[in-house]
Amino acid sequence: MATYTLMRSSLGLLHGLKCSFKSVGQIPYGAAAGAVTQVKGLQNARGYSVNHPSVQERIEKKRQAALTGGGQLRIAAQHKRGKLTARERLELLLDPDSFVEYDMFVEHRCSDFGMEADHNKYPGDSVVTGQGRINGRLVYVFSQDFTVFGGSLSGAHAQKICKIMDQAMMVGAPVIGLNDSGGARIQEGVESLAGYADIFLRNVMSSGVVPQISLIMGPCAGGAVYSPALTDFTFMVKDTSYLFITGPDVVKSVTNEDVSQEELGGAKTHTTVSGVAHRAFENDVDALLNLRDFFNFLPLSNKDPAPVTECHDPRDRLVPGLDTVVPFESTKAYDMLDIVHGIVDEREFFEIMPNYAKNIVVGFARMNGRTVGIVGNQPKVASGCLDINSSVKGARFVRFCDAFNIPIITFVDVPGFLPGTAQEYGGIIRHGAKLLYAFAEATVPKITVITRKAYGGAYDVMSSKHLRGDVNYAWPSAEVAVMGAKGAVQIIFRGKENQAEAEAEYVEKFANPFPAAVRGFVDDIIQPSTTRKRICRDLEVLASKKQTNPWKKHANIPL
Amino acid sequence: MAAYRSAAGFQRVLHAVKHVCLSKQRCGVIICRYSTVYDPTEKTFDKILIANRGEIACRVIKTCKKMGIKTVAVHSDVDSSAVHVKMADEAVCVGPAPTNKSYLNMDAIMNAIKQTGAQAVHPGYGFLSENKEFAKRLAAEGVSFIGPDTHAIQAMGDKIESKLIAKAAKVNTIPGYDGVVKDAEEAVKIAGEIGYPVMIKASAGGGGKGMRIAWNDEETREGFRFSSQEAASSFGDDRLLIEKFIDNPRHIEIQVLADKHGNALWLNERECSIQRRNQKVVEEAPSTFLDPDTRRAMGEQAVSLAKAVKYSSAGTVEFLVDSKKNFYFLEMNTRLQVEHPITECITGLDLVQQMIRIAMGYKLQHKQSDIPINGWAIESRVYAEDPYKSFGLPSIGRLSQYQEPLDLHNVRVDSGIEEGSDISIYYDPMISKLVTYGKTREEALKKMEEALDNYVIRGVTHNIPLLREIIVHPRFVSGDISTKFLPEVYPDGFKGHMLTAGERRELLATAAALYVAAQLRSQKFLGDLRVSVVPAESRQWELCVELDKGLHMLGVSRSGNNYTVEIDGEKVEVSGEWNLASALLPLTINGKHRTLQCLLRTAAGEITLQYLGTSFKLRVLSKLAASLSKHMPEKVPEDTSSILRSPMPGSVVAVSVKPGDNVAEGQEICVIEAMKMQNSMTAAKAAKVKSVHCKAGDTVGEGDLLVELE
Repeated sequence: MATYTLMRSSLGLLHGLKCSFKSVGQIPYGAAAGAVTQVKGLQNARGYSVNHPSVQERIEKKRQAALTGGGQLRIAAQHKRGKLTARERLELLLDPDSFVEYDMFVEHRCSDFGMEADHNKYPGDSVVTGQGRINGRLVYVFSQDFTVFGGSLSGAHAQKICKIMDQAMMVGAPVIGLNDSGGARIQEGVESLAGYADIFLRNVMSSGVVPQISLIMGPCAGGAVYSPALTDFTFMVKDTSYLFITGPDVVKSVTNEDVSQEELGGAKTHTTVSGVAHRAFENDVDALLNLRDFFNFLPLSNKDPAPVTECHDPRDRLVPGLDTVVPFESTKAYDMLDIVHGIVDEREFFEIMPNYAKNIVVGFARMNGRTVGIVGNQPKVASGCLDINSSVKGARFVRFCDAFNIPIITFVDVPGFLPGTAQEYGGIIRHGAKLLYAFAEATVPKITVITRKAYGGAYDVMSSKHLRGDVNYAWPSAEVAVMGAKGAVQIIFRGKENQAEAEAEYVEKFANPFPAAVRGFVDDIIQPSTTRKRICRDLEVLASKKQTNPWKKHANIPL
Repeated sequence: MAAYRSAAGFQRVLHAVKHVCLSKQRCGVIICRYSTVYDPTEKTFDKILIANRGEIACRVIKTCKKMGIKTVAVHSDVDSSAVHVKMADEAVCVGPAPTNKSYLNMDAIMNAIKQTGAQAVHPGYGFLSENKEFAKRLAAEGVSFIGPDTHAIQAMGDKIESKLIAKAAKVNTIPGYDGVVKDAEEAVKIAGEIGYPVMIKASAGGGGKGMRIAWNDEETREGFRFSSQEAASSFGDDRLLIEKFIDNPRHIEIQVLADKHGNALWLNERECSIQRRNQKVVEEAPSTFLDPDTRRAMGEQAVSLAKAVKYSSAGTVEFLVDSKKNFYFLEMNTRLQVEHPITECITGLDLVQQMIRIAMGYKLQHKQSDIPINGWAIESRVYAEDPYKSFGLPSIGRLSQYQEPLDLHNVRVDSGIEEGSDISIYYDPMISKLVTYGKTREEALKKMEEALDNYVIRGVTHNIPLLREIIVHPRFVSGDISTKFLPEVYPDGFKGHMLTAGERRELLATAAALYVAAQLRSQKFLGDLRVSVVPAESRQWELCVELDKGLHMLGVSRSGNNYTVEIDGEKVEVSGEWNLASALLPLTINGKHRTLQCLLRTAAGEITLQYLGTSFKLRVLSKLAASLSKHMPEKVPEDTSSILRSPMPGSVVAVSVKPGDNVAEGQEICVIEAMKMQNSMTAAKAAKVKSVHCKAGDTVGEGDLLVELE
């Protein structure tokens, strides 16, 4: 089924390409099988002759062929679609002259359907692999070449990717994949499927060892989607990239739904509805430049510390605006991003999944130059409550930070978990448990700031002292309690006449940071404007934090 | 109720930490050098309540502190953490946000006076400052009103009465009819006697409402009808008067100071001709236009008017001055004016201190001969508004970053906000009054340029681009101004600074150098042994910079902090500290000192720079990225700004607009309550409301259409 779909979808995608080549009498067009037979003429032209080219000449020729991929016409077609070629992308992603290419001479090994013909062989096949530098730091990369057989995955293609993944793991350096592939190389059959599985296995083995990033820059469908899904971050390019298990045609035939490619698996869908992708960028150039920026936040491997860059923002800077950011009325919303931007270095915050489950904010920033992960409830959206999507979004982010030695700073303003049948039936219990689990198992430095509400179970979840928070602060506006005053009074003083008075009593007792502070559940009540200064100082202290969880084969997070 | 209670709890807790924050308060702002002596032994009031908010409340509190007087602030609930509240010794909440329920709420303010035992009230300007009812109620309670007596407020508050008094006091008045005009035909007859053009205006009016200019009989009839309707609806008083319309006049006003013993002084003039929609934008003292004789004549008439109404306290007599230096009485403002600081700068008097002393019954300390004109002062009113739309439509928002240029000498900033403050729809969108001072006008203007360049305001749209253009415009610099200055200079609306070729090069070079500085820094990892060393020092960069759709190829080379940028064969040298965290970018460009501000810098090479007051969007790319960019598809941005959908399921608590209303960008359109939280839905652009699809009490689902804008 999957293969069938793949073929159909890649056929569709290749359609434009096919036409253009037909007109100029060119032949090979990769994964779109079935038209390979006409080409016989050139096949016998080669063979040993007295003056066959020297090895040197052949090397040159092959190199040249590898550099041009599927040829000028297809490169032009790629450009016409608003996409860059595999090599252009790498050139832009990596520091100038830093790319070291591997396997330029690898060719596919398929001999069915006329694939063994010379003109169907492209040095390097349909992917460019190697290593290079981003701002001087090592990274392994692969970039699928849509101009060669529609970027389809052959055994050789997969083998090339596996080679760099193995080496990345050995030396401890991140892997960035630039995906632009029509799917499996159908002519290769099970070899192609085996190739996918080889990559999946390496994605899993590398998980938590080196950061893995996928940038989807074209089609990615069928089984192929599981490689990006297994990596730490999936980014997409708006309007030119798609991710789906089955394309619109199959969807139509199975479920009778009419849906376009863009609606089914475009960047907007995956960054706002499905949560499959973490960010989308305007175009190839924009995406690659942003990826360079993003890479600077990441450590090279789980053995390396979070990077520290030169910082011009004073570590002891006071942020006066924070003293008034939390509104006077406790029911009024404010923007948690105002707090985050105010506190982090240079107001620079790389938000992850900014348009999905917006009631929680996660992303990377720096404090005194050091990368930190930020998690914050967003009172501006759905009151900042925790629900299924926000729990899962938060949990995955926290686990990434923990795996890669990135300290976590949590800003809490949470009225609780979202009630309702939709949430209960959807399994808020097990999904909410993920966030709890992630915070609890994390051993990186954890700093928590309660800006306002920390109600009920959600208080426990949000990196509380009880889950081994290292430093937990409360702002004067903090209210740590089981629930809001109204609900609590209805239970405690059931049937009592003067509800208003009872509420006042509850507010006086609980709607403030003291109950938590007197018990040591928060370490201090701080003036909001001093928050940055304190966090910078705490991070310095916690830099040498050592904490280990009990030995286990692996933990069993409630999936 | 619950909200109120918990808010009270919050206040209490804040109180615990208030001690810390009080110490770093910004009361030490450099006020221009007052020559007046503050004599703490001179008995005045023990405690003054300031019945105002914002900068003027802060301004009054500052002087009270110097005089050793305790202060009481009043505030609405949204202002509970405002600067004036923090500065005052005591604060009382007088009601919810809308002004008629708080700052205009006399009952609540009278209660606050009783509660705190304040002996006097300073009303500031606006709100209750010229309200005779308020002055009466204070008098009845034996509380001093720091301002003139009730009868002076009343006499000067009525345009017809004030004109009659002025005439009697031998003050030049605009030729016109000194009585109420009965009907349109009488209006035509009077107009014929005065001679066209004439101005028809509401007797009770102000702020340009109920005013019409007529050039012939037909327009007079029409103007009479419209003005009386407008006057009736705006002021509940449809009495009209007619006078000669002075075409292309200057607006020059005289500051007066009078005590309760019949002494009065004139403290020179303020030139307030730069206006938009009858609101002042840039003021200066003295005026370039007045000669000593005219000044004295105006001053003496102003004083005789003040004496005629037994005026006490500070007041302002406004005149229109025509091109032949004929001046005509316009009106008298019986309060402290917004633009009083420039008078303080050139005379050395602290007007608030003088008002307090006068209210206490002291005689004036000065004689007319003691009043100097020392140097020159300019005031720019910095507003949260978009100057590109009709010279300023209000904008609102949170001041995410805010830094006043107070480290410069001879700069005074009167403001009542700080970083983190909200500019809300409830109150005046003025951010501050930026005053610069110099020995000469030229010096004061240069200082103003510098101060505007060093003023950091982020989070709201502001009018610094316009202010910065006005003060360097040749007509303004030469003093050739009138109340029509803005529409005459910018007939097609204000478009921001127009770059000369040289300025364009400077801007491009700065963006390129900033880009390289940021790139180099992103390669600096501390203590990381796994980073390969990039030999950056010696590198030469080839960049492509885009500005206004024009592409420029630039060559950049660097030596330390100095960058040499080559643009079209011309070299530009840019050097500076390149502190990428700072809001300000102090640079030396081709030997000239310039302060720019970087408003935005993204990974994709977008850089927005504020240069000469105006912000310019640039994009800097490497040569490679630029050449690959040509393959990128053109995108048409989807316009969703005209449709407001509910972002979540919830219930509609309030709808603040109706079809046909004009809304400002960021203005609240409706409030959705979800999970007991109120979420304010705001307009994504300034527009007219096309249709409203919800009403208070409705339950809405996520994505439901709420309001459509045009």
